[in-house]
Amino acid sequence: MTIEEKTASDVRDVIIVGSGPAGYTAAVYTARANLKPLLLAGSVTAGGELMNTTDVENYPGFPEGIMGPDLMENFEKQAARFGTEIQFEDVTALELEGPVKTVTIATGETFQAKAVILSTGSAYRELGLPNEKRLSGHGVSWCATCDGFFFKDQDIAVIGGGDSAMEEALFLTKFAKSVTVVHRRDSLKASKIMADRALAHEKIKFVWNSTVDDVLGTDKVSGLRLKNLLDGSLSELAVTGVFVAIGNDPRTDLVKDVLELTPEATIAVEGRSSRTSLPGVFAAGDVVDLTYRQAITASGSGCVAAIDVEHYLADLPA
Amino acid sequence: MSNAKDVTDASFGTDVLSAEKPVIVDFWAEWCGPCRKLGPILDEISVEYSEKVDVVKVNVDDNPAIAAEYGITSIPAVYLFQGGEVKSTVIGAKPKQFFEKEFSDVLS
Repeated sequence: MTIEEKTASDVRDVIIVGSGPAGYTAAVYTARANLKPLLLAGSVTAGGELMNTTDVENYPGFPEGIMGPDLMENFEKQAARFGTEIQFEDVTALELEGPVKTVTIATGETFQAKAVILSTGSAYRELGLPNEKRLSGHGVSWCATCDGFFFKDQDIAVIGGGDSAMEEALFLTKFAKSVTVVHRRDSLKASKIMADRALAHEKIKFVWNSTVDDVLGTDKVSGLRLKNLLDGSLSELAVTGVFVAIGNDPRTDLVKDVLELTPEATIAVEGRSSRTSLPGVFAAGDVVDLTYRQAITASGSGCVAAIDVEHYLADLPA
Repeated sequence: MSNAKDVTDASFGTDVLSAEKPVIVDFWAEWCGPCRKLGPILDEISVEYSEKVDVVKVNVDDNPAIAAEYGITSIPAVYLFQGGEVKSTVIGAKPKQFFEKEFSDVLS
């Protein structure tokens, strides 16, 4: 069907962009509200960040914990059960102004809806060093569950002090000879249980108050040059692998020119709602929240977006 | 549907290095989540571009020698070989269009 042939009946109630906990929860709620949501899940990023994790121990309802990919498969099944149309496509353009929104996917196909929920999540942050990019895939990694295997009996480093960094460090002890955590502060930002586990682990060492000044190595990583933030001194750490877990940036590339953003670069929403600066456009999950960033908070915010969409559609003039 | 065949440490020389056509090699493992997402995309490419390239898969668990030889420390890693040499590499799971652009020299 060409665009010209589209009729009013082709305009859906709601399209959800993104398939992490926020997107799928919004899908479950809007599907149960009989809004027949279309969820554009992404081709290779479907399921979001939890697809790269192992045990999720803090998602309520799973007393024994659950594997991240299994949890996301459950989310998908639950959304589909109530009639969500799920397409594993990448969104390449969004026209969000006006009463009918247009969403374009990589094949060039377009979809239209009265409301759009943006749950595009966040992307891992890079150190921003030229050698980091050059050695990416040759010792520099962002996915411990994918790449830990390649570092059997080797000395490696994890950069960062939050929960993600501790999770990576603890996972990597299964393979590595030693794991050195490099953190810019003198204490961990991670939750107490994760921090205590890491601090107590015999294979994990810590370098405090330090940042990575450079990644060393010609064809593959041979070490890191570290900078001590207290006295400015430089030192070298011999490692063959470095896992970067220094935080995330909200994925707003497609909307940053049309939607209001916060100073932290998340999509700005009104109070505790999911309403963005454009009517009919709602946002949920990591793309609005760099503070909490939990599966359960993303999920909660997806629910908020779904209910906001219901109210918005109900209030539209007939 | 897929035309992608499994290549091992033993068959890598014949199937990749001495191949007549350019070869896209997918280094992957069962336990790698992004690899499972990427698999079907390379399967599509193997069918759609079957006249231009071969697509093969190397399970790094079962075939550590080849992965080590090419210094692979992140998967999924997709290498394009032509005439026995590495022409281009893509690290991480990317959409189909990304590969079509990155490997446009041999796919278009």
